Amino acid sequence: MQKSLNIDPDKCTGCRQCEMACSFEKEGVFNPSRSRIQVFEFHHEGRFVPYTCTQCSEAWCMKACPVDAIRTDGGLGAKLVNDDLCVGCKVCTIACPFGTINYVPDTGKVAKCDLCDGAPKCVEACPTDAITFIDAAATGMDRMRKWAATNNPASAQNA
Amino acid sequence: MHHVIIGAGAAAVSAAETLRQHSKTDKITMISAEGANPYSRMAIPYLLTNKIDEAGTHLRQRPNYYDSLNIEVIKDVAVSLDCANQSVMLENGGALSYDRCLLATGSVPLKPKIEGINNSRVHNCWTLEDARSVAQYAQADMPVVLMGAGFIGSIILEALALRGVELTVVEHQDRMVPRMMGEKAGGLLKGWCEYKGVRILTSTDIVRVEQRSETRLNIHLSTGDVLDAGLLIAAAGVKPNTAFLQGDQIVVDHGVLVDEFMLTSYENVFAAGDVAQALDFSSGKREVQAIQPTAVEHGHIAAMNMLRASSVRHRGSLVMNVLDTLGLLSCSIGIWQGVEGGDMVERFDPDRYRYLCLQFDGEKLVGATVVGHRDHQGALRGLIEGRYLLGAFKEVLMKDPNKIMEAYLAVAQTDATLVR
Ligand SMILES: Cc1cc2nc3c(=O)[nH]c(=O)nc-3n(C[C@H](O)[C@H](O)[C@H](O)COP(=O)(O)OP(=O)(O)OC[C@H]3O[C@@H](n4cnc5c(N)ncnc54)[C@H](O)[C@@H]3O)c2cc1C
Ligand code: SF4
Repeated sequence: MQKSLNIDPDKCTGCRQCEMACSFEKEGVFNPSRSRIQVFEFHHEGRFVPYTCTQCSEAWCMKACPVDAIRTDGGLGAKLVNDDLCVGCKVCTIACPFGTINYVPDTGKVAKCDLCDGAPKCVEACPTDAITFIDAAATGMDRMRKWAATNNPASAQNA
Repeated sequence: MHHVIIGAGAAAVSAAETLRQHSKTDKITMISAEGANPYSRMAIPYLLTNKIDEAGTHLRQRPNYYDSLNIEVIKDVAVSLDCANQSVMLENGGALSYDRCLLATGSVPLKPKIEGINNSRVHNCWTLEDARSVAQYAQADMPVVLMGAGFIGSIILEALALRGVELTVVEHQDRMVPRMMGEKAGGLLKGWCEYKGVRILTSTDIVRVEQRSETRLNIHLSTGDVLDAGLLIAAAGVKPNTAFLQGDQIVVDHGVLVDEFMLTSYENVFAAGDVAQALDFSSGKREVQAIQPTAVEHGHIAAMNMLRASSVRHRGSLVMNVLDTLGLLSCSIGIWQGVEGGDMVERFDPDRYRYLCLQFDGEKLVGATVVGHRDHQGALRGLIEGRYLLGAFKEVLMKDPNKIMEAYLAVAQTDATLVR
């Protein structure tokens, strides 16, 4: 079974270790704003919500890309941006209805979560197990993926 | 079953892939007027700035891709369609008969009616061939005039500026990208371009093109001014490419009219992409959108219905544009102008070239304009297309429109976030 990130906001304390680990792994800097997983804060409820790409199978970003720069990693099912092909047109950033692929002005390309080759650094960094990497079924992410599959007008089987 | 796709752009390739994904045996033929390697017009600006070479514009970049899917791409031009006999006439002689036909011929640039416009130093920037000509003339320090600062014009603007030409942009309307954003946002773009050294003349027309010397043109303006130019690029709009559809078998309004199954007025003939006038998500009317994501959606939905009649309904495509103007990012989605009786919230920070505007219809977000912000813009699409009721988060957004992602997570991703 494919593995998926599972996020349990109930366990998140908002320490942002995941953002630090991600930005360091991917960009070589400790800078939460460069992280591909982001923690959102809901003041009223005192709740923190880590959030990133679901790796949806009929990926909206992948379908919209004009130059074949986003492809599926066979084993993991992760959607990877090929920096050599990406022209930085940003169409994928508005095509993705989850808002989880973003443009990086420094590189002139887009960046998204790629599951770190199967060993996600955010998971390793999280001290409370709010982010885990587990079998895909029945995770919140899996529900997002199902929604993505049935709602994508560029690939849904039944609209 | 034989599927003949006329065209080889975004809509055509999306359709061909969908056909193959769902049928291993049907015959699929793509007719490509511009060569054997289907490419993306959208990639042309990046070719002009040498970010990629011509191969980098190809819609699919895996070796033998179409062969491996048993999709035949033939280089030819469709000159007419005989719906009664279900066949497509080709320029190189011969005809192709079809069981299902898809019109995916895109759009063609409008030719402005201006005295002297037929000149070897006047070009469009729409095809690879155009791009080659533009690259030849648009050398560093060359004075270049760009006619039109709409969405496509503004994309070309950036490519030209990055090539180091001495650029002047002439726009008929009173602001840049007039059909993509309002005065404040469009004004920011203009101010930014001027700050970056590009001259932008709005509310101005080109009235005459005159050959001044072998290598130079005089561009006469409605203001009486005359511009020196070694190249004039016309980006004054496009129209659906329907010229090959003679007769009245296929009903054409602005573009080829299609129903919610992407079917034209004639049986077994479908249309997709720039050439199609299809359902718009926001207005519920049939409109020509002429953008890449819409072409991909159309192609997919048309293919599903070519395989099985009336199987997948098009719920309407959402208009969305994202633009990078010399480092200033902007985007507009849906009904950015707002709806009658709706609410709007706006943040305008001209000193920092920032603008944010959200448009609501009751409790739903229906449109947005964003300048100078870059993250999570996709969530705007998510919120609009999901037609989510914002509830208490409408107030949150009215107070602070920057809280888009929080609103999105709270109303659209309750499963993932557990926020109620
Ligand atoms: C410079 C530039 C930048 C752009 N940037 C963006 C952007 O940033 N975002 C965005 O959303 N959109 C952008 N667009 C628009 C986008 O490229 C189009 O919306 C998209 O290409 C439409 O796809 P399509 O398949 O409908 O048509 P096209 O891609 O135009 O393909 C039409 C195909 O039909 C072929 N053809 C035409 N007539 C015939 C015939 N009679 N017989 C056989 N073949 C024929 C053509 O050769 C071509 O292969 C840009 C366009 C240009 C020119
Ligand atoms: S920004 Fe890069 S990955 Fe995204 S659609 Fe454009 S080329 Fe493809």
